[in-house]
Amino acid sequence: MSESKVVLEAKGITKQFPGVLASDNVNFDLRKGEIHALLGENGAGKSTLMNLIYGLHLPDKGEIFVNGKQIDIHSPNDSIAAGIGMVHQHFMLIPVFTVAENVMLGDETTKNGSLDRNTVAAKITEISKQYGLDVDPNALVGPLPVGIQQRVEIVKTLYRNAEIVILDEPTAVLTPQEAEDLFRIMRDLTARGVSIIFITHKLKEVLAVADRITVMRAGRVINTVKPSETDSAQLANMMVGRQVILTVDKKDHEASGDVLNVENLIVRDQRNLETVHNVSFTVRGGEVLGIAGVQGNGQTELSEALTGLRHPTSGKVTIDGIDLTGKPPRTITEAGLAHIPEDRQRHGLVLSYTIADNMVLCDYYHAPFSSRGVLQPKALDENSRKLIKAFDVRTPSPFVNAGKLSGGNQQKVIVARELSRNNVKLVVANQPTRGLDVGSIEYIHSEIIKMRDRGVAVLLISAELDEIMALSDRIAVMYRGQIVAVVETKKTTREQLGLWMAGAHVETA
Amino acid sequence: MQEEKQSNSLTRQILQSISDASLVPFLAIVTAVVLGGIIIAFVGGNPLLAYRGLIEGSFGSTKALSETAVWATPYIFAGLAVALAFKGGLFNIGAEGQLAVGAVFSALIGYALPEWLGFSLPTIIHLPLAIIVGMLMGGLWAGVVGWLKAYTGGHEVINTIMMNYIALNTTSFLLNGVMKDRSPTNVIARTPLIEESSRIPAIFDGLRVHWGFVLALLVAFFIWWLLNKTTLGFEIRTVGLNPDAAQYAGINVKRTIIITMILSGMLAGMAGTIEVTGLNYRHELGFSQGYGFDAIAIALLGKSHPLGIVLASFLFAAMRNGATRMQFLTQMPVDLISMIQALILLFVAADAIVRYIYRIKSKGERVVLTRGWGG
Amino acid sequence: MDLKRFGFIALIIIVLFSVVVMVGQTKQTPLLIVTSMLATTIAVATPLTLGALSGVFCERSGVVNIGIEGMMLTSAFFGWLGGIYMFHIFKLPPSVSIVLGVFFAILTGALMALLHAMLSITFKVDQIIGGTVINILAIGLTGFLNRQLFFGATSVFKGSVPSSPGVLPTIHIPITEIFSSACGSSAVCLENIQAINRVFDQKPIALSAIILVFLSHYILFNTRWGLRTRAVGEHPKAADTVGINVSFMRYANVLIGGMFAGLAGAYFTIESVPSFEPLLTNGRGFISLAAMIFGNWTPIGAWAASLVFGASQALLINMQIFRDVIPPQWSFLQESYIVGLTPYILTMFILTGIIGKTTSPAADGVPYEK
Repeated sequence: MSESKVVLEAKGITKQFPGVLASDNVNFDLRKGEIHALLGENGAGKSTLMNLIYGLHLPDKGEIFVNGKQIDIHSPNDSIAAGIGMVHQHFMLIPVFTVAENVMLGDETTKNGSLDRNTVAAKITEISKQYGLDVDPNALVGPLPVGIQQRVEIVKTLYRNAEIVILDEPTAVLTPQEAEDLFRIMRDLTARGVSIIFITHKLKEVLAVADRITVMRAGRVINTVKPSETDSAQLANMMVGRQVILTVDKKDHEASGDVLNVENLIVRDQRNLETVHNVSFTVRGGEVLGIAGVQGNGQTELSEALTGLRHPTSGKVTIDGIDLTGKPPRTITEAGLAHIPEDRQRHGLVLSYTIADNMVLCDYYHAPFSSRGVLQPKALDENSRKLIKAFDVRTPSPFVNAGKLSGGNQQKVIVARELSRNNVKLVVANQPTRGLDVGSIEYIHSEIIKMRDRGVAVLLISAELDEIMALSDRIAVMYRGQIVAVVETKKTTREQLGLWMAGAHVETA
Repeated sequence: MQEEKQSNSLTRQILQSISDASLVPFLAIVTAVVLGGIIIAFVGGNPLLAYRGLIEGSFGSTKALSETAVWATPYIFAGLAVALAFKGGLFNIGAEGQLAVGAVFSALIGYALPEWLGFSLPTIIHLPLAIIVGMLMGGLWAGVVGWLKAYTGGHEVINTIMMNYIALNTTSFLLNGVMKDRSPTNVIARTPLIEESSRIPAIFDGLRVHWGFVLALLVAFFIWWLLNKTTLGFEIRTVGLNPDAAQYAGINVKRTIIITMILSGMLAGMAGTIEVTGLNYRHELGFSQGYGFDAIAIALLGKSHPLGIVLASFLFAAMRNGATRMQFLTQMPVDLISMIQALILLFVAADAIVRYIYRIKSKGERVVLTRGWGG
Repeated sequence: MDLKRFGFIALIIIVLFSVVVMVGQTKQTPLLIVTSMLATTIAVATPLTLGALSGVFCERSGVVNIGIEGMMLTSAFFGWLGGIYMFHIFKLPPSVSIVLGVFFAILTGALMALLHAMLSITFKVDQIIGGTVINILAIGLTGFLNRQLFFGATSVFKGSVPSSPGVLPTIHIPITEIFSSACGSSAVCLENIQAINRVFDQKPIALSAIILVFLSHYILFNTRWGLRTRAVGEHPKAADTVGINVSFMRYANVLIGGMFAGLAGAYFTIESVPSFEPLLTNGRGFISLAAMIFGNWTPIGAWAASLVFGASQALLINMQIFRDVIPPQWSFLQESYIVGLTPYILTMFILTGIIGKTTSPAADGVPYEK
């Protein structure tokens, strides 16, 4: 229940980054004991606003009031002192430290000059019991599962007596069940008088858990509403500024023969731990197989093994019957793979190269792009112009550095390069729309469906369950490195998938 | 009309980028020269006289020009070596050692091969052979480090420095031992003179500048072409900018690292080889000390671009050559040149300082070589 | 540090010592040889230990420092120069001049480190390039001043290098005095105790180095400062979000590292040999880095690795002492150039990681952008 007392107020917050007005005269307020959701698509300015309130950046203009008093926030020390705590989207935890060390960092308890780990551990255990956030103070943070790491982050804020807690996209790394758990914890906290700001881009969550919703777009606040006064369509409209079609136009398609065959694949990660345990599945031509699962369950290593970026320990991978197990990336590409990588800036592009060069990143070595070891600039040029037009990449020229493009356009460059190759038989798309604006998301979704309609096999890996359900013909759920279920999309529900993603075994009829 | 406009703006783009690229190095040099002048005054000398001596000594006569070209030749090769490695994302601090082994082994071919074979060789075989052997030894010296980096993750910074010391010890051992010049008047650690048939002829009578200088310019052009116009160059640059993307692109990253180091070592080896076959006609212990670090400075000053390197090499050559005249005129020791060069390097490396002093806005990316120690 | 690594270190040290004992036993008793080797090892490992500690502090906070060599060189020069000036120009007594020299060295190290910190942290220059610049600057500066200040036109010393006020004295730990009574009248026993005593009779900087190793370990792993330093080197953003000033922590730790390097520099010209030669550090700064890496960025590990390198240097020294008794089939041991290869080849071997993978601090070398 929200009372009318305002615990946090931001007035006229403005922040300019080079080339981008991240916050444009933003007004925002938080009432005591409420869960106030901050909704907007990627790049709308939600995180920036919170980073300004938390003290990680300084606003150009504007004032912040806590409990009616204006305070100057120059660094997180000030906001922490004012009772504000923040749990970031990418955890601010040090993997090689213990839970206790992470929690006490910056606010260390010492005894005679030495760190007093015991006192800290005791306090953490107390908070754990009080709020139902079970954590082991002496465990190393690195190996902890993501859900537990998030709890450590929340404990960190409570350790410092936070009364205002900001959660930035907390459900991005949780299964639907874990998200429910989190919502329970949130309601628990608000019952004790803690006020929560909850940043997200997911419409359903916001309607489920928020007391009030503020929608942001392009750095501006569009409106603040109550869930009872609105619905998904209206919210989506506010987020994007136009009518948004929330479903993908997808017709039924008859799948043909097997294209990708994975048998008993075992893969180890950097630390030599087995992260893919004996995985088998097939993808047929003309179908989209979606691999659902919260990140960290082996999807990264699986896609690396399929695309040649990592050697599998054992098992077999074939495309159209050709054995490509453990073969280098070029061999697999030549056998018909199109790979849209998970991390576009790390794997997919060389940011200091021009768009033209990036368009031939994987193909530069053969005709027509090079002849006997010498690059053919005319062919490169022609190719990039053609693709920029065909895939609607917004750029003044092909000679712009890829680093200057927006996230959406960068992804379009990668998609253009991969999907336009001549002999594509299999597309592996790993988190293809992460961090993109709605327009780009729609575009990439339609390209994926186009490939599928052409008879290409598509393996889609995504942590966004909505995306999986919208695009896939069949869905496989990955949990702790194993495929725990394979179903036709039509024959399953979000709840069922959520249970599988959380490791529960559901009996199918 | 559209085509013309485009090519005009392309020309303007090129000119703009050349001026952008050279503005900071130019200002860095100016700042260092001014600071150097202040230091000269501080220790009691006359800065204007000193700089006059420097310029006279390096460009003031045909002989001076010839000498400057002579000094520039090994700098160009060594600078290219470091620059090529930079482009490949590698830091080759081992130019010094690679140069030394290149020099020693080409000297060996130069004075010992006819002896071993029992007959003398025509220049057309002997000279290229000496050069190739030197090149290969340099390549080997660096290749070892490349292999270690590719397959064990051993960082090339420390390994190339270790190879420098190993080269120093090895050449000291050889030049004080089996390769020592046994003529009765000789006491220093050096090889005998190499045969006529393995010497590079001078270009003009009476001047020391030799055809190796021309070779250096040709090689600079070749390296530019290699890096920018070939698939190998594309692979080297991609690995240098983003090894993860390179792997994704199908490039064999390990192989590319090794090839880059080998090429870099070959260039550094050539620096030593050309000095032996074109200038000194023997190798003497310690003659090449300091080239390694100079090469780094030249590569940074020239922004790892072959043209920039040729220009930077001339600058450093002019400084070294002119220093003797400067010392003659003002009694300023030649070490001052090292100081000024160190300052130039400081300002080029910390171009942010220069930008700050002269209020220039930053454009383009930073060179990022430090990715931790790997492994 | 794991067993494999400790085992390797112990093995190499045993091998090196054994070679010397086998060669020299015709001239001296094994105990004498071993204690002498040990004493030398501890002494010559000093600059390596201090250099490695310098590296540990810098890198634990996230700043790669390959300029340790240059910092040592400049500190060695200015420490030596400072002592000379104090002695000859200010006419202070030799012992005071020497101690002041040490302070000058430490100060110089800190100043060079300040330069490196500014380049790396504020100007965000690539840290390896910045470190190389420091090295080149060091060579140029010391070479130039070495010549100018003594042989230049305005020199107060008029063309000759003045004598240094001296070196730091050896500190005698009274083991012999305490245990000699247990020996009765046995001359051999007394000789042995005196030999063992020699291991512990070290000079101040050498002893400080060992004390600093354990002090550093305590600071790094048991104090607030150490926790924050390591946080800033692993995940500076995380540290920033809890209110830690990343810049300040990095600056401070690099300066601490500079002071360690300064003390190492003092070793060369104030503890070891009272004179300066261009390039006298001879790669020791780089070998320190290898020791740091092999010690997995821990003070005690780095110390152990430094001892290995110290031992290889002690080997070289002792091969010269026992030159005349080297058996003919091992005549290559006479060649100082060949034996001198040991530390370098050892370094390269260690860096292959065969002995064990090492993990640098996660944010090592990455400039922090808010």
